[in-house]
Amino acid sequence: MTSGPAAATPLPAETAPDRRRFRGWAVLLGVVLLASMAASLCFGAVTLTPLQLWTALWSPADLDPTQRIILWDLRLPRTLLAVLVGGGLAAAGTAFQALFRNALADPYVVGASSGAALGATLVLTMGWSTGFAGLGPLPVAAFLGALLAVAAALLLAESGGGSASIASLLLAGTALGAMLSAAVSFLLLWRDQPWFQVFNWLLGSFSGRSWAHVTVSWPYFAVSFVSLWFMARPLDALTLGEETAASLGLPVRRVRIGVIAAATLAAGVAVAISGIIGFVGLIAPHLARLLFGAGHRRLLVASALLGAILLVWADIGARSVLAPVEVPVGILTAALGGPFFLFILRRRGGRLS
Amino acid sequence: MSGGLLETENLSCGYERCPVISGVTLSLRPGEVLALIGPNGSGKTTLLHTLGRLLAPIEGTVRLDGRSIWERPAREVARALALAPQRAVQTAWPLTVAEAVALGRAPHRGWLLPYTSGDHGSVRAAMERMGVSGLARRTVSTLSGGEVRRVLLARALAQTPRIMLLDEPATYLDLHYQAELLGLVRSLAREDGLAVVLTLHDLALVAPCADRVALLADGRLRAVGTPAEVLRPEVLAPVYGPNLEVLTHPRTGDPLVLPRLPAGGPG
Repeated sequence: MTSGPAAATPLPAETAPDRRRFRGWAVLLGVVLLASMAASLCFGAVTLTPLQLWTALWSPADLDPTQRIILWDLRLPRTLLAVLVGGGLAAAGTAFQALFRNALADPYVVGASSGAALGATLVLTMGWSTGFAGLGPLPVAAFLGALLAVAAALLLAESGGGSASIASLLLAGTALGAMLSAAVSFLLLWRDQPWFQVFNWLLGSFSGRSWAHVTVSWPYFAVSFVSLWFMARPLDALTLGEETAASLGLPVRRVRIGVIAAATLAAGVAVAISGIIGFVGLIAPHLARLLFGAGHRRLLVASALLGAILLVWADIGARSVLAPVEVPVGILTAALGGPFFLFILRRRGGRLS
Repeated sequence: MSGGLLETENLSCGYERCPVISGVTLSLRPGEVLALIGPNGSGKTTLLHTLGRLLAPIEGTVRLDGRSIWERPAREVARALALAPQRAVQTAWPLTVAEAVALGRAPHRGWLLPYTSGDHGSVRAAMERMGVSGLARRTVSTLSGGEVRRVLLARALAQTPRIMLLDEPATYLDLHYQAELLGLVRSLAREDGLAVVLTLHDLALVAPCADRVALLADGRLRAVGTPAEVLRPEVLAPVYGPNLEVLTHPRTGDPLVLPRLPAGGPG
């Protein structure tokens, strides 16, 4: 496809073999993702063979009604949501790590998770019941909570005068997170009924999610990912430091707000759909950087694919380990992700990037 | 004084409306090398950042080709004016050297369009000139301090600017690359006709590469002139203190500034 000019002049910035190698890897990751999704559709209380799955997908009419419901109404939307949420969180994590030049930044770093938690807790303790687009009030409140928290963190960080420094943004996010968590605890103790429900939701799960969740959420994930991808080169420039980025004519403040908005959109929708799922948005970017380096055009794609694969398998594990009881998937990602993260860290001799 | 490539008039620069240095009037012609010297904290970097459009002036303005740089889009200015900052990245991300240098093409190509073969040519030439072609596939995070400096300089070169602002470009460079750097600065000015402004804390490097020297102290320009005019004990001593010695280079005749042991010390 690109062999003409690429072969004529050896390209220093992106040599032809480099590009081909990345395409190979991307295709491989895509295939692994599809296989993982197929596994996710087969495993469960009723196990399907790959052959049954194949026939069921192409001619659902031949399926017996129970199987059709299990496959089409339960497992397929759930698997697609794992893909969307995993990819969205991984892309958001990638962007935040580049923006903060901090390998420990995750999609919730500027307060999205605690804002969402407060929103959800308010709904459950106050018994509000206004939904949106086929969703209950809980996801809507969680989403709004996440966006408000991040906006507040931005405003607080900028109120110090001039444009927000990266450090003050991190501090504002952390301080705000602590305040919001305190509010959540207070609400739960004060109205002492539904804390189990809140807790369960906070731990993250795909249980009982339907097509409504898929159709409502995918456009947001798509907008978030495409916007981040468009900001890939500015993100590259920002990893060289703000002075360098600004000297190249990059409107640093606008880019920063754009990245935060796009990444928070994905994080907020993810929390709204599935609760707070940790570690995917932290691990996937690391793995992707190990494999593909830090050029964000490739990194965002690879990271999203890896995040989707990880979360699909985490969800398979969540409904298999203690079947028929389901473990919240957030417990699984944290329980497995933590040691895995430490393992990478050791292998890399303590270096994070 | 008019008709310079880069000009300032009664410029006052600093942070949060608190001036670090004021009353700066300078004019820079193509092919000229201006060294900014002065003690730590005298505002060398602040002035350089103001010239480079990173910092808005408190008073006065910076004109490029006769027009204020603040009346033009940042990217347009970046096509003519490149800055190699002093502070290298702290947590270096695994960007490859080639990717980092290629970012110098962003002001020309924008943030979205793919680089053209012309861009790749400029990138290759810049890497060759700074001797980092062999490092092209290495990631910036694995380089030594001196190598990072050269990569940053290559990135600024890839920008193909008419003006180069270099903040302490000699820091972390060993003697070999210091000499290379001086040669590079000379050839950028003489052969490519670039105007170069650089900050230097090592006064021994000033005379070999600069046409003019500006001495910054006490929040103003204390002296501007040729190295022979500025690098004199009676000009430097009020700023740097009495413990310095100005010798004449035995071969070139350039002034050579060296530190001297304080009186009463050993020896």
